[in-house]
Amino acid sequence: MHPKRKQRLIISICIVVFSSTAIGLVSYALRGNINLFYPPADVTAGIAPTDRAIRVGGMVVEGSIKRSETDLTTVFLVTDYDGSVEISYTGILPDLFAEGEGVVASGVLGRDGRFVATEVLAKHDENYMPPEVAAALEGKKPKAGSYNLGEGG
Amino acid sequence: MWSIVHKMGSPPWFYRFANRAIAWLLPIVLLALVVGSIWGLLIAPPDYRQGNSYRIIFIHVPAAVVALAGYYVMATAGLMSLVWKIKMADTAMRALAPVGAALTFIALVTGSIWGKPTWGAWWVWDARITSMLILFFLYLGVMALSEAFDNKAAAAKACAVLSLVGTVNIPIIYKSVDWWYSLHQPASIKFTGESAIDTSMLYPLLLMILAFYGLFALSVLLRMRTELLLTYRQSAWLNAEVS
Repeated sequence: MHPKRKQRLIISICIVVFSSTAIGLVSYALRGNINLFYPPADVTAGIAPTDRAIRVGGMVVEGSIKRSETDLTTVFLVTDYDGSVEISYTGILPDLFAEGEGVVASGVLGRDGRFVATEVLAKHDENYMPPEVAAALEGKKPKAGSYNLGEGG
Repeated sequence: MWSIVHKMGSPPWFYRFANRAIAWLLPIVLLALVVGSIWGLLIAPPDYRQGNSYRIIFIHVPAAVVALAGYYVMATAGLMSLVWKIKMADTAMRALAPVGAALTFIALVTGSIWGKPTWGAWWVWDARITSMLILFFLYLGVMALSEAFDNKAAAAKACAVLSLVGTVNIPIIYKSVDWWYSLHQPASIKFTGESAIDTSMLYPLLLMILAFYGLFALSVLLRMRTELLLTYRQSAWLNAEVS
């Protein structure tokens, strides 16, 4: 290879390697800020800060959803199987909110360990399948209209 | 191998190659897009949780996949332009940036439209979405830099350096959902092991991804051919070719 071209190739490789290292180190240093939410284990371990706006994300515990009879308040437990947090939220929940599904709630963690959410987002998982397949996996017969069409439950 | 690179670097050879490739690609891409869209939007079954709103996947995922792959093509062209000073590589870089930007924009907009009914938010500053926005700005940056210089060689150099620096963002976008806690779900199509998407939805999705690759190649070749026509409009070889 021509020495001039070889030199330019080495410079180009250096550009890629050094910029990757720089950005790798920056994102490693800022990993706490890049994470969108705290897992419940961080909340129970006291890592998540209290009394300021944060996000907590995890799986809604089966059978833990309690809806208020007088207003739109819903109280539920969110877990990552290492810890769980009680979240209370007043407002309309997203369509995909359900037991056993992922959520990300933003709000404030009180000193008593209760999380008061101002917004609850549903975290969709990577599984895509037709309703018949989902029903077969659960050992049930498919029910017409059992899937969510974007409105209602 | 080098003889092919040298041939591709020659504008007359590339002009003839582009003409033939466009003639072949155009009907194939159109057919794949039409078949893929009908298959994905009408024939594929609805999703068990999302119903029909998941169908935006047939636009969103192909656009995002090709936007990422296209960046590597642009960075490779940048490297070839920087090291071997191949003029056609500059042309490729300039032709590619707006196409990549458009695909990234489509991925961001369709993701936002899907995010509102699914997550409950149009936009969330999570790692995947933010790094994808950075990709959009990188493409815009290359577009702006290529216009910012009077000297074409200096413009090509600046674009090449920016596209090489930006390559670091591509693995970050790809792995962001695994490295950090994000709202965006992990990949459904897996290279190893069984995909998390049912085959009845996977096959039309793969067809649409191929169609978008073809659309990308077609758009870049059309733009490169146009630039050749503009640059060499006074040249004897081009006038002989056109007449």
